Amino acid sequence: MGPCDRRTFLRVAGATGALAALYGCGTASRKASGHVVVVGGGYGGATAAKYLRMWSEGRVDVTLVERNARFVSCPISNLVIVGEKTLADITLGYDGLKRHGVTVVHNEAVAIDADKRSVRLADGDTLRYDRLVLSPGIDFIYDNLPGLADAAAPETVLHAWKAGPQTVALRKQLETMPDGGTYAICIPRSPYRCPPGPYERASLVAWYFRQHKPKSRVLILDANEEVVSKKALFMKVWADAYQGIVEYRPQSELRDVDVAKRTAILEFDRVRAHVLNVVPPQRAGQIAQRAGLINVNQRWCAIDWLSMESTAVKGIHVLGDATFPAPTMPKSGHIANQQGKLAAAAIVNLLAGQPPSDQPLAVNTCYSFVDNRNVIHVASVHAYDAATGTLQPVKGAGGVSASPNEVEGRFALAWAKNIWGDMLC
Amino acid sequence: MKTAFVAALAIVAGHAGLAPAPVLAVDTDLARNLAATCANCHGTNGRSLGGMETLAGVDKDRLLAKLREFRSGAKPATIMHQISKGYSEAQLELIAVWFAAQK
Repeated sequence: MGPCDRRTFLRVAGATGALAALYGCGTASRKASGHVVVVGGGYGGATAAKYLRMWSEGRVDVTLVERNARFVSCPISNLVIVGEKTLADITLGYDGLKRHGVTVVHNEAVAIDADKRSVRLADGDTLRYDRLVLSPGIDFIYDNLPGLADAAAPETVLHAWKAGPQTVALRKQLETMPDGGTYAICIPRSPYRCPPGPYERASLVAWYFRQHKPKSRVLILDANEEVVSKKALFMKVWADAYQGIVEYRPQSELRDVDVAKRTAILEFDRVRAHVLNVVPPQRAGQIAQRAGLINVNQRWCAIDWLSMESTAVKGIHVLGDATFPAPTMPKSGHIANQQGKLAAAAIVNLLAGQPPSDQPLAVNTCYSFVDNRNVIHVASVHAYDAATGTLQPVKGAGGVSASPNEVEGRFALAWAKNIWGDMLC
Repeated sequence: MKTAFVAALAIVAGHAGLAPAPVLAVDTDLARNLAATCANCHGTNGRSLGGMETLAGVDKDRLLAKLREFRSGAKPATIMHQISKGYSEAQLELIAVWFAAQK
């Protein structure tokens, strides 16, 4: 399934032509040329690839390097885990980008030579670039969780924090779990990908248990001091709708995992679960490390917010969860998509010999399901502040839902449809 | 169209009470870039794929009035009252002009 159909594309292409007529004279798009390689076809990279083609009016060549044949969305994947959606519902192809003239290479980038401006692929091919966009997402840090090196871990103790086979596997574990069992989810210290995601998952699993396995429990083992996103809303849902099902334990950092016993080892406690779901600590994807881009806390890539260009290596723009975020900016798909546009606009200008915009702005919206229909949101707006050289949250803007509601349940699904279209159609 | 765009830029400078900025410092694609922050929900160039309002081709005055009502709280909303407060009056005007031109 997917929103990309031929008619959508024609409408988009028509709009691009109209734009050329509207703003053609004197803007960067007329003068930009060159080759941009984009590594990573998720919310950030796919958006950057499409908008580079659109905003340069086809003058900038774009090659997208993506190891997976198809895109699988993390947002909405918690609905797959509880059987309300299928993996097919959250999977899209890259044909829409090809229609924009993006060359899509399904391969893995293994090395970057910033001096020669080239990317080496796993199959030995080399791609030269004028500018590189790196949107590698996150990798997991297992250094302090040696138990997860157990050969059985990938099938037994799942993360399901990168949508795909593990999403389906976690669904199966919940289905086969006997009633009266315990599902435990371990949350790492912030920052991690999708701040409200673990709490949404816990809520949805509780909803599933209430329908199908009413004697079962959900245990949230959170390394953080408190719920890090939509705290009051989630706490109220757990106290009201899922009383006796959900137990929340803050300051419960995972020290190790006994995979064979499905046991979470905490500082003063060991917790055995029937289904143990560990979201490990995270850092920027490995290719960012190999390229020397990680320069904050040995985990994240600092960027110049006017151009999204790395502060460590010139000519490389970093997007999405891999970046060291601006104040209060979450690691979300929505933000990655917005950053993809900021990077595309800046790169089109730079390739035309013009400075990037001096007033970038980004919006975030994260919807979370608390059952199969009712949703809560958090929203924020971030504007460039020259004094601090970063995007700052706009005072007075943003906020959360008053309470879970079905209207936003419909908006959440429409959000998915439209953002998938915005990046891939 | 081009006249409208240039006028909109003048509004930005006027609203902010700034001295005329050097030509190079002006983001000539500002309206396009600001409008693109709406696309996640409302579709690329304001062409919704369903479940959200299409903004492309909406009359400028109508869209601006609606955005102002969201911002003031006069119009009930689930989320737009919070997001619209993140933009200045001049930015909302740029966005409204840009979407109106997407026929």
